[in-house]
Amino acid sequence: MRPFNASLLSLRARIPGLGTSTCPLYTSTRRFAQVANVQDIPTEDDKPFTVPIADTSFETYHFDPPTYSVKTTKSQLKQLFRDMTTIRRMELTADGLYKQRKIRGFCHLSIGQEAVSVGIEHAITREDKLITAYRSHGNTLMRGGTIKSILGELLGRRDGIAHGKGGSMHMYAKSFFGGNGIVGTSVPLGTGIAFAQQYDQTGNITVNLYGDGAANQGQVHEAFNMAKLWNLPVIFGCENNKYGMGTSVERASASTEYYKRGQYIPGLKVDGMDVLAVLAAMRHGREWVKAGKGPLVYEYATYRFAGHSMSDPGTAYRTREELQTERSNDPISNLKSKLIDWGIMTEDEARAVDKEVRGMVSREVEAAEQMPVPEPRWDVLFEDIYVPGSEPDQRRGRTVDETVY
Amino acid sequence: MVRPRAPRCLIAQIPRRYYSAPSPAAKLNLPLDFKTTPLLHHTPATLSSVPNFPAGATSKRLNLFQAINSALRTALSSSDKVLLFGEDVAFGGVFRCSMDLQSEFGSDRVFNTPLTEQGIAGFAIGAAAEGMKPVAELQFADYMYPAFDQIVNEAAKFRYREGNTGVNVGGLVIRMPCGAVGHGALYHTQSPESLFAHIPGVRVVMPRSPAQAKGLLLSSIFEHNDPVIFMEPKGLYRAAAEYVPNEYYTIPLSKAEIVKPGKDLTIISYGQPLYHCSAAISAIEKTMKGVNIELIDLRTIYPWDRQTVLESVRRTGRAVVVHESMVNYGVGAEVAATLQEGAFLRLEAPVKRVAGWSTHTGLTYEQFILPDVARIFDAIKQTLEY
Repeated sequence: MRPFNASLLSLRARIPGLGTSTCPLYTSTRRFAQVANVQDIPTEDDKPFTVPIADTSFETYHFDPPTYSVKTTKSQLKQLFRDMTTIRRMELTADGLYKQRKIRGFCHLSIGQEAVSVGIEHAITREDKLITAYRSHGNTLMRGGTIKSILGELLGRRDGIAHGKGGSMHMYAKSFFGGNGIVGTSVPLGTGIAFAQQYDQTGNITVNLYGDGAANQGQVHEAFNMAKLWNLPVIFGCENNKYGMGTSVERASASTEYYKRGQYIPGLKVDGMDVLAVLAAMRHGREWVKAGKGPLVYEYATYRFAGHSMSDPGTAYRTREELQTERSNDPISNLKSKLIDWGIMTEDEARAVDKEVRGMVSREVEAAEQMPVPEPRWDVLFEDIYVPGSEPDQRRGRTVDETVY
Repeated sequence: MVRPRAPRCLIAQIPRRYYSAPSPAAKLNLPLDFKTTPLLHHTPATLSSVPNFPAGATSKRLNLFQAINSALRTALSSSDKVLLFGEDVAFGGVFRCSMDLQSEFGSDRVFNTPLTEQGIAGFAIGAAAEGMKPVAELQFADYMYPAFDQIVNEAAKFRYREGNTGVNVGGLVIRMPCGAVGHGALYHTQSPESLFAHIPGVRVVMPRSPAQAKGLLLSSIFEHNDPVIFMEPKGLYRAAAEYVPNEYYTIPLSKAEIVKPGKDLTIISYGQPLYHCSAAISAIEKTMKGVNIELIDLRTIYPWDRQTVLESVRRTGRAVVVHESMVNYGVGAEVAATLQEGAFLRLEAPVKRVAGWSTHTGLTYEQFILPDVARIFDAIKQTLEY
């Protein structure tokens, strides 16, 4: 039987820069010609100093914006760059594996949205919880999943992060609740997690991510109400990448100001293509929520360079010009040009990081491809379902190999 | 759990293994041959023998999504009360069922909705109550759960509770692609028909082929005062192609069809597994000489055609029920219970169920969970030899 999306695959147009290993990881166009000069950059890697954030980075709703600067260190700035580069390389690798038909089924890439998952992770702790929807590879990596366990999962291997049961949308790690396949269903869950945190007086917060498409689901609004009613320590985060599958936000939402959707909950819109803006916004929001002031609704204005899923070339519902304009606002090159302007990294160093990441990811792919496929055994098949020993009694035809009469 | 690692040169020599590739030794679980299966009209000639199809109709070879498209086009041009909406429907839908319909019928009648299944269902019910014939698409059956409240508590109870107003939501059809394709994993594989079949007031339909789909869909839209859950096996969208009449025609709901007559055992199934049943039947009829198996397509899962099934099993004395969704509390349980009530003294063997195991469909496990030709073959054999 042909996979049902086979003919869509053949329609896939080639998006410049996507999915070929020879292409550069990101465009090198500089968008911020006027990067503010940073005074007194320390020579030490770990000494804190402050870098500016563009004054267009935030829009607020009943909420004071964060300061337009963020305290960081040279090593953190370099790590932000490395993390985003790693996600990008991992996603491009998954894209390649899919095109080689090694990864099957559903696969949603976060190329273009790296600044959101990386900025969030650098502002929270491992005791804070995070839950998201189906575009989750980057979040999984940032929450501590290894590249090989993520790629192994995509390949359907036993040592994948969910034993090959889930695939692209269903990955879990400590303090990370997935990876959810149904849009909107994770949002009330995240609210419940935050309730447990409050009940247990952990002093930690939950980051509750969903997409612009999910924002129109009823249960998202039910979650808002409960969160505010009980003042729960949760930051709702709408990753607005401008398209819910093939439908632009304007066609799907009566109001596209997702940060105002909480009505009675303060909100903040963040430039999701600037990892430093995301970092600053999340630190600010985390302090607010931890202080017991109740939930927040964040919106990360971002963009998905890839299609919705692997069967979507991502070109039918948006123009090539739009895609090109957005690609010139690449979160990785945005950070890179700042780091170079600030003298924190040279072009050569950036290239070296890139090369190192590329080598590391390809080693991880190799390891993932070596992972065994799940064994076709009853105890594996019915794991987590039946009490061992109570599985169906099946005498013949259990697997294709046994089907010989 | 970890197997010893093979030397790399060995791995390179092993052909790439797809999740659902048959093993070289397989004799039964071969890829289904949709080009020769007796379940499809491979030439226009066989259409004329079908009672429901219009006499002398012109026809065209279509696959399932094209047949759905043809039915929707026919419906939209037959009545301006027919509406079509759902997620990404304006662009043709993820499975291409609504291709070109917006440009033909306009964005007032064919349009995209937000990702809001509960909203889509409720909105459709309201429109139907006001006389429209809304065909609402849920992108996957797996996404229907937010809409379940609306379907159970509003749509199903509408005609029952309406007092003397005469209002019903007939013409409301909620379409959803269902079933497995081999790699859909947890949220793109489910077949929740038995959940709907528990609810009086809805009709649950699952066609087996393009020509069946068109007639059943038109019947669902135009001929009933009940809301219809119309489940389309997405594995058949491209795989199953046959000649489909171009004209308007309907196939009655709640009427099963004997797709292959036989005398020794009755298989009751619906949707995609019918093709597995058909393959298993031809294998067993070759292996066990003189054996003759009857195959029934329920077509409508609820309210279902008990009479046709009971009459058949009273004749054959043996029955196997096959479906893709999980065996626990499934359609097979209802059919088996009905058979022991209505054909007990004629039964020569226990009614057997071949269905998905009671587990979720993990990405790599689908082929082990769903009924295959070997399992159906084995069930027939056991039931005949009981």
